[in-house]
Order: sequence, then C-alpha cells, then structure tokens
Amino acid sequence: MTDMTASAPAGRAPALAGRVKAAAILFVLFALFPPVVMLADDPFLVLIGTRILAYAIAALALDLILGYGAMVSFGHAAYLGFGTYAVAILSSYGINDIVLQMLGAVVISAVFALVTGAISLRTRGVYFIMITLAFGQMAFFFFISLSAYGGDDGYGLSQRSTLFGTQVLENDFVLFYATLAVLIGLFAICHRIVGSRFGRVLTGIRENPTRMEAIGYAPFRYQLTAFVISGCMTSLAGVLLANQAEFVSPAFMSWHRSGELIVMVVLGGIGTLAGAIGGAVAALLLEEVLGMMTEHWRLWFGLFLVLMVLFSPRGITGLVEKIGKGRS
Amino acid sequence: MSTLEISHLSKSFGALKVTDDVSLTVPSGELHAIIGPNGAGKTTLISQLSGQLRSDAGRIAMDGRDITGTTMPERVHLGLARSFQITQTLPGFTVLENVALAVQARHGSSFRFWARVASEAALNDAAMAALKEAGLDHRAEARASALSHGEHRRLELACALATEPRILLLDEPLAGVGGEDADAFVAALRAMKGRFTMMLIEHDMDAVFRLADRVSVLVYGRIIATGTPDEVRSDPAVRTAYLGEEEENAA
Amino acid sequence: MTNLFVLQLLNGVQLGVLLFLIAAGLTLVFGIMDVVNLAHGVLYMVGAYFVATFASLTGSFWWGLLLMLPAAVAVGLILELVVIRRLYTRSHLDQVLATFGLVMIANETVKIVWGVSPLSVPTPEILSGSVPLMGPLQYPVYRIAIIVAGLAVAGALYLVINHTRIGMLLRAGATNRAMVSALGVDIGKLFAIVFTLGAVLACLAGALVAPILSVDTGMGESVLILTFVVVVIGGIGSIKGAFLGALLVAIVDTLGGVFGPILLRSVLDPSAAGQAGRMLAPMLVYILMAAILCAKPAGLFGGRG
Repeated sequence: MTDMTASAPAGRAPALAGRVKAAAILFVLFALFPPVVMLADDPFLVLIGTRILAYAIAALALDLILGYGAMVSFGHAAYLGFGTYAVAILSSYGINDIVLQMLGAVVISAVFALVTGAISLRTRGVYFIMITLAFGQMAFFFFISLSAYGGDDGYGLSQRSTLFGTQVLENDFVLFYATLAVLIGLFAICHRIVGSRFGRVLTGIRENPTRMEAIGYAPFRYQLTAFVISGCMTSLAGVLLANQAEFVSPAFMSWHRSGELIVMVVLGGIGTLAGAIGGAVAALLLEEVLGMMTEHWRLWFGLFLVLMVLFSPRGITGLVEKIGKGRS
Repeated sequence: MSTLEISHLSKSFGALKVTDDVSLTVPSGELHAIIGPNGAGKTTLISQLSGQLRSDAGRIAMDGRDITGTTMPERVHLGLARSFQITQTLPGFTVLENVALAVQARHGSSFRFWARVASEAALNDAAMAALKEAGLDHRAEARASALSHGEHRRLELACALATEPRILLLDEPLAGVGGEDADAFVAALRAMKGRFTMMLIEHDMDAVFRLADRVSVLVYGRIIATGTPDEVRSDPAVRTAYLGEEEENAA
Repeated sequence: MTNLFVLQLLNGVQLGVLLFLIAAGLTLVFGIMDVVNLAHGVLYMVGAYFVATFASLTGSFWWGLLLMLPAAVAVGLILELVVIRRLYTRSHLDQVLATFGLVMIANETVKIVWGVSPLSVPTPEILSGSVPLMGPLQYPVYRIAIIVAGLAVAGALYLVINHTRIGMLLRAGATNRAMVSALGVDIGKLFAIVFTLGAVLACLAGALVAPILSVDTGMGESVLILTFVVVVIGGIGSIKGAFLGALLVAIVDTLGGVFGPILLRSVLDPSAAGQAGRMLAPMLVYILMAAILCAKPAGLFGGRG
C-alpha cells in the first residue's frame, strides 16, 4: 500500500535513506529559491514560496496519520485555522512572539484533536471520514461566528509575529527561511517517529489491527496519539500561513482545504513523508499554473483528480506505487 | 503456566447457539485438544477465550482470576495468547519485524518516539529466538507477504510465542500443512509441552491423538465428552456424533 | 413566545424534510455500496438550477419541476455509469479523491453555464401567500407545501422499502451486502437504481427549495455536511434513521439559533448571551452528533460500526 510495503526487505534500509536523500534535495532546492528569485527580480515569488512551504508542513503532518496510520482525516484544515487564529487572537492581546503563538496553537489543537479524535476513532472507514469532516466544519462555523475577529470576512493582522523580540520576520526572506527551518525540523521529527517503537506500532495497526490486538496492542491509544501529534503539527503551518498572508479568515479551514491537503499527500505518494512535501509543491504549482491559464482552474483540477483515480487501475495510490517501483 | 477455567460459557448469533453452556478446566501445563465436526463452534470458542468476541454468559478465569470482562490486548498482557486459523500477519513487515512487534508489546513502553526500533538488539534477539523455535529463523528478513502457506503458519506460531504466553490457544496450526512440514510442526509443538498450558484446535486426528494429554469433543457448541485420547476414542457418543461421521464422509 | 416557537418548529420541520430527501439517497449509497460520495450535495444544487432554468424557459414552475425529473434521472445515471460505478471496489481514499474532483468540476461547470450571480425562482401562484395558523400567526403556503411534499415522498419511500421486492433487497443490502449477491441479484443494476434514486431525491430537494432560497453555487456545500451529520446520527444505511436524524438535526439547528440566546440570557447578561449564543448555535448540531456517537458509535439505527 505504501513505499514501505512496496520495497523489498533487503533494499529497505537504502529505501529509507533514499527518502531522506530525496527530502534533503528538496530542502536544498528550497533554500536556493530566494536567491534565484532575487535574480529574477520578483520578490512576490518568495511569498508564494513561503505559502508552499507552509502547506508542505501541513501535508507532512497529515501524511503521518494518513500514510502511516491509514486514518483519512477530512477535517485537518481546522488545525490550519487554529494556527492562523492563534496568531490573530494572541496578537490582539499583545502577545506577538511567534514561539508563544505556536505554543497557543499547539495547545488548542491538542485539546480539539484529543476530544474529536477520541470520538471519531471509535468508528471506522466511512464513518471516520464523515465525522472528521463534520468536526472540521464545526470549527469552521465557530470562527465564522467569531465576529470580534471579522467573522466571515476575516481579520487583517497589523504586524507579523516577532521572533525573540525582534521584527525580523517582517522581512519576506527571513520568514521564508524560518518556515523552511520549521519544515526541516518537523520532517526530522516525523522521520524519527516513523522509525521508532511508536511508529512501528502505528504502521502495524494500519497493516492489520486484528493481529496487533492479538499480540497485545489496543489500537485506539496509539491512533489517538498520532492524531493529536498530526493536528498539533498542522497548526504550526497555520501560524506560518497567517504570517505569510498577514490575514486570517475562516477560508483557511473550509472543507475544500481539507480535501486539498489529502490531494497533496496522495499526489506525492502516501506514507513517504518526503512525498507529502513534494506533493504539496506539485499541487500548489499546478494550482498556480492552471490559475494563470484560466479562471476556471478548479474544473481542470477536478478533472485531473477524477481521471487519475479512474484510469489508474488501483487508483492514485496504485499509480504512485507503480511509479515508485519503476524508479527503484 | 496457568490454569484455564471456563464455566457455563455461551454465545449466540441471532437464534443460533454457537457456544452452548461450555464448562471446562484445563490444568496448568496440559495440552488440551478440542475436536469436533465443522461448524461445531471451535473457532468461536477460541475467539471468546482470547477476548476477540464477547461472551453472552459465563465466566473465564486464569489461575482463579476472572478475565471475562477484559479485552484481547489485556488478556495478552496477562499471558493468554492465540494463533489464528486464517493467517493474520502484517504483510508489509518483514518476518522479524512481525515477531519483534509482539516482543515489544511485552517489553517496555511503545510510547517511545525517537530511538530507532530497528536497532534495538533486545527486541530482535528475542524475536529471533521465537522464530528459531517455530523453525522460521532462516526467513527472518523476508517480507511476510512473500511467505508460503506453511511458513505463514510458522509465523503465526512465532508471534504467539513472542508474547511469552502462559496459556496458548492454537486455532488449527496445521491447517493446509502436509507431509514433512506437518511432522516438523508436531515435533515443535511437542517440544513446547510443559512450558505453558495449551489449547489446540485441530482437524488432523493423527496429530491430536499424538500430542494431546486430554481431548474434548465439541458438537453444536456443546462438549459431549472429555478425557484422555484413548477414552475419547472409545466413547460411543463420540463415535456416533463425530468419528462415525468422518468415516462415512471418507467412504 | 409560543408563536415564535411554533413558527421556528415549522421551519425546522421544513428543513428536516428537505434534509431527509437528500440524506435518504446518501445513506443508501453508503450503506449498500460502501461508497463515500462527496458529490451528493452537488446534485441538490443541480436540481435547483434545473428547475430555475426549465421554469424560466416554460414560464411555469410546474413545468420546470416536471422537466427537472428526467434531467435528474439522466444526471444520476450518467454519473453512476461514468464515475461512481468504477469506485465500488476502490479504497475510501480513492472514493474521496474522485468525488472531491467531481465537486470541483460541478461547481465550476455551474459557474460557466449559469454564471456566478444567484438565480431566483418565483413561487408558483397557487402556493403563494400565507395562511393563518393560530391567533395572529401566519405561515407561508409554499413552506407548508414543501413539508407535505416531503412527507409524501417519505411515505412513498417507506412503502417501497417495506412492501416491494426491490425494497427488500435494499434493506438486505444495507445490513449484509454479501447476502444480496448470494440471492442472485444483478448487483450492477441494483446499484445503478439506488444511486439514481438517491440522485433524483437530492435534485428534488434542491428543486423544491429553489423558490425560497437564492440558487447559487455554494448551496450544495453547507447542505452536504449537514446531510453527513444526519446520516452519521441516523446510522449508515438506515432510512428510518435518516428520517429521524434529519428532523432532529433540522429542529435543533433552527430552534437552537433562535432560542439558544434566549435561554442563555437567563444565565448570562444580554450582550454576553447574544455573543455566546451566536457562536454556539451553528455548532449545536455537531455537539449533538458527538453526544449521540459517544452513546452509540454506529448511530441511532446503525447495524454496522
């Protein structure tokens, strides 16, 4: 179902190392992006780059539960929202430090993920998808009715977050590299989690929950833990997105956004971590390119999705696996 | 090693009574075989004992401790393990990883997020020991999905062993295994006798009568006879209800 | 106060009836085919656009409604044949992706064909105006007509499901899919019928509601999620559950929005109560869903978890 299962056991350690290498190449390319853009004299591109990196963080976090835990969460945009509103709400109380804002986002997300995850994870399959979607929508409506922060219309930020008391993040380049640093840090954490005792249990539950119970694991607590970790990481992407856009609105947490996050993870190959990052880049670039060509880019994006699923014998997941096999 | 006590255990699916007031005590260290025709409810009984299925009524106890209300993972931690008739493995994992996960469940916390589990020598060594016992150590690095049927049966056994059971429930470990493989398997089971209490469901009568200390005969969810292999073989009720049928089928 | 309550209760029932029409098809598709269909809300929107178009072409709401039905059947059949049919054996993830793609395609196509500005559909002459209910209380005839029409469809569905062969198959399929194929039924045909029936019901809901709402591209979205909540609460595959769930969700949603702040005012000061009420009201149905799932993870009438 994933690279992990597709690769031969003997080539397994190399495959893992290969994935780290793929991620490292991506990170180097990201790091080279701003200087290249400077040459092209289009500083606005740096902001687009920051947005892509922030979504890459969210896709990475989602892959942890979608790819390694087989949990199709359709409400992950809610955590993006918690991150963005943590910036808006805390800064309106004079708390501008990005570390504190991230802390606030993580705390709220952990509570929300713990409660909604505990309810959703008592169910399976179709139920899980629909319930996470519904809870995501609940958060969406909450912020729509939050009139103190603009409700439906959103809320403009008067300034970006501060870093250790300085305003360095006001510089688009610094914000870009800060976002990249968070992405690299979270990738390292995810990579370690996946290879740890916990990660092995999580992947085992994906492979066969009955077997796991028969050797003494109660799947629920491990799945819930992963769900909470993923939600918290996603909220960090939200904090960075709010700074990138200098604006927050419930639009960050619509269910379409949740769907797009899933698309990113699947495009890059689920359960590969580096793939999620690549998938976020690919999906957002596709969006940008189609958007430049036609105002009805969603039509073509949708068509692309449907055709991908229909004409790959085992769906997009199968297609990615096939391509992956061909490469290795 | 533990004593397994089952009293008045029942289970119905709709109007169908699959387990009907079963009472049985398996003393510590015994290898107890359950035989019976297809549809007698043998696998259901194992599932109830292992905690995979909830019982409608009755009581299950280990060494006098009531475990009726516990879940399957909790029972594993108490030392009650099972193998499955239909192989349940983690297909994408290697054989070694399959077994190492079973070891990990009993050794240390699984809420460790940083250290690489693949390089934990203690887990791998214990897993290799279980694999050796099940006769599968030469395939440790193979992916579980690449195993043959017979090897899958061995992996089932190795996983159950790795949980360090005090009572082991084996659901047709020999299903689909023939010839030399079966003989080797029987030898492996015999070697384990006395290390833990075993309850064995098996269709291979030859193997059952060679291995078991005592045998119970389950027909339509009820135990109609319990005794040594010789006693059971000569029990007239058993002959008509079960062994006779087999001979007719064979003829 | 009583008047307001009765009025809102009727509004709730009216919304509930519509939600039921949409949820009935969705719950069958989930229950029998095990397919996650995110595009179900799209059908509701398409039904509204169809009736708007046909009504303005013919100058009559009734002709519009009549012409909408074959168009809805066509949409349902084509959708099933071209896309949904290929998803039955796929993973839920593939189903989510493909039907998410369908939502994008449908929303953009509607924008291209009908433009972005909302359409309006005039209330048919004979059902316009209001009738006195009790005391000074008036209620629009058209809304009453929606309730009656919805209940009539629900009744017809009840008869079909409980007293016909196809209904028997549907009930069997919703609880045990293997049994239906064991009966030697042409599964492909049964699935096509179920999906098309669901599509027509969703289109009908959209068509019925068109005269009292503005018809726009967003209308399928909010309804889709509410319908999911209905299906989850009622239990996947249960028509009875969908009916009770729809009424429950709609009434809680409607009454909560009005009476939530009023109730809160008895414990909080007015401005805080207003603020809290406005924030809590849209979340009520989700809290209801969470509470029900805590007690019954498979929903009120769900056989499978």
